[in-house]
Amino acid sequence: MPKPKLALYWAASCGGCEIAVLDIEEKILDVAAFFDIVFWPCAMDFKYADVEAMEDQEIDITLFNGAIRTSENEHLAKLLRRKSKILIAFGSCAHEGCIPGLSNFYDAKSTFEYVYREAPSLEEGSRGVYPQPKTAVAEGEIEIPEFWNTVKPLDQVVEVDYTIPGCPPQSFQIAAVIEAVIDILKTGKALPPQGAILGAGDKTCCDECPRVRREKKIKEFFRPHEIIPKEDECLLDQGILCLGPATRSGCGALCVKANVPCRGCYGSPPNVHDQGAKMVSALSSVIDATTPEEARKIMEKIADPLGTLYRFSLARSTFRRVQMGNGKNS
Amino acid sequence: METQEKTIEQKAVQAKEKFEPRIVGFLCNWCAYSGADLAGVSRLQSSPNIRIIRTMCSGRVDPAMILRAFELGADGVLIAGCHFGDCHYLEGNFKTMRRIELLKMVLKRFGIDEKRLRLEWISASEAEKYARVSFEFTEQIREMGPLQLQTN
Ligand code: SF4
Ligand code: SF4
Repeated sequence: MPKPKLALYWAASCGGCEIAVLDIEEKILDVAAFFDIVFWPCAMDFKYADVEAMEDQEIDITLFNGAIRTSENEHLAKLLRRKSKILIAFGSCAHEGCIPGLSNFYDAKSTFEYVYREAPSLEEGSRGVYPQPKTAVAEGEIEIPEFWNTVKPLDQVVEVDYTIPGCPPQSFQIAAVIEAVIDILKTGKALPPQGAILGAGDKTCCDECPRVRREKKIKEFFRPHEIIPKEDECLLDQGILCLGPATRSGCGALCVKANVPCRGCYGSPPNVHDQGAKMVSALSSVIDATTPEEARKIMEKIADPLGTLYRFSLARSTFRRVQMGNGKNS
Repeated sequence: METQEKTIEQKAVQAKEKFEPRIVGFLCNWCAYSGADLAGVSRLQSSPNIRIIRTMCSGRVDPAMILRAFELGADGVLIAGCHFGDCHYLEGNFKTMRRIELLKMVLKRFGIDEKRLRLEWISASEAEKYARVSFEFTEQIREMGPLQLQTN
């Protein structure tokens, strides 16, 4: 049997997903032995032209990490979709926009304004010099990718077969998925249903959390630096905003075990379409207030509510982005 | 004759341009819904712009449903439940109050005017209040104009 072909690509991402792949340790040798790696820009020298030269559906599996932020990201998403039998959104950026998606608080123009004009670290000579998609130089014209207004998860641009959530996906989960995939390809077993979430559970982070929960009654929120949390009590009970109730299980409650609240990187639990809305609901049940004034007073201590409730999922939320206030319409 | 025709035409254009707000109203079965019903029975006019959805409790309205209503084209969303102390399920409306407060904070930061979301307590006997609120809210949204969501 010829080796199945595997591609790995990164779009708008930090590189953490690539490291998570390598973090599967010696299992990476199984990957290299079983698959023919045909494209992996982060680790091996391939060119886009190599992919363009392939037959459609020639790649068996593509692991795509990173969000869609530029014309280049979008081009590669479409190209790899065409060339792959199975396209997997790998990690939170491809799944739901993740941290790059937080730039949906702004648009291309306001982002460029800050980065190329206002940022205090700019050198005076380069202040106000904006990148141009096309520039004429002595050797001819050079092009750089265009920067879109809105960051999108992969499935808002192309059809995605499976998703592996997490920022980054935990290595033990990646290893388990790879093992299962190798088994499927070897034995011809049935694939999971299209659209399935792989490498995660189907409960919430709270279900994996060892902390003791009581009936929650929150009178005050604390930011992590304002309090030393008790080690065995639910963080939310202690007034630390923990996204556990609105987050899919799968990581093994990694952060909460380290005394840090869950930030929500595994995305929404099953049947939840808007992680922030789910958390609004969860918080409303536990805030101890019987008048709107009291409630507001407690809620005002939530720093950056949008960025906190949608830290990873803003680009996948119902509204996808902050409305930039074109008139009084919104 | 010609001028008269023109005015009719102009009127038609004006009517077309006149914005009719689409409002989704989630009304609690035990109070606000009955209040709206009573308004009908008592032949009190209420705003036809409100599309009523009956729920068993205002506390049953998931924030995601409110966001979804806006996403699908609502220009405003009205939530109406029982006065404090009257909740059929004891405390559902307290939860509603906290939810709407928090959701308003979120909406505002999404760049959506939080006044598009309105919470009212209306008992089963307050037909007049329902009628008044329905017109008030419709006119308020009319003034604000349609909600146009930018996704790109
Ligand atoms: S809210 Fe956080 S700390 Fe509390 S049980 Fe859930 S995951 Fe654990
Ligand atoms: S605890 Fe939450 S933020 Fe931390 S790894 Fe797990 S899902 Fe991600």
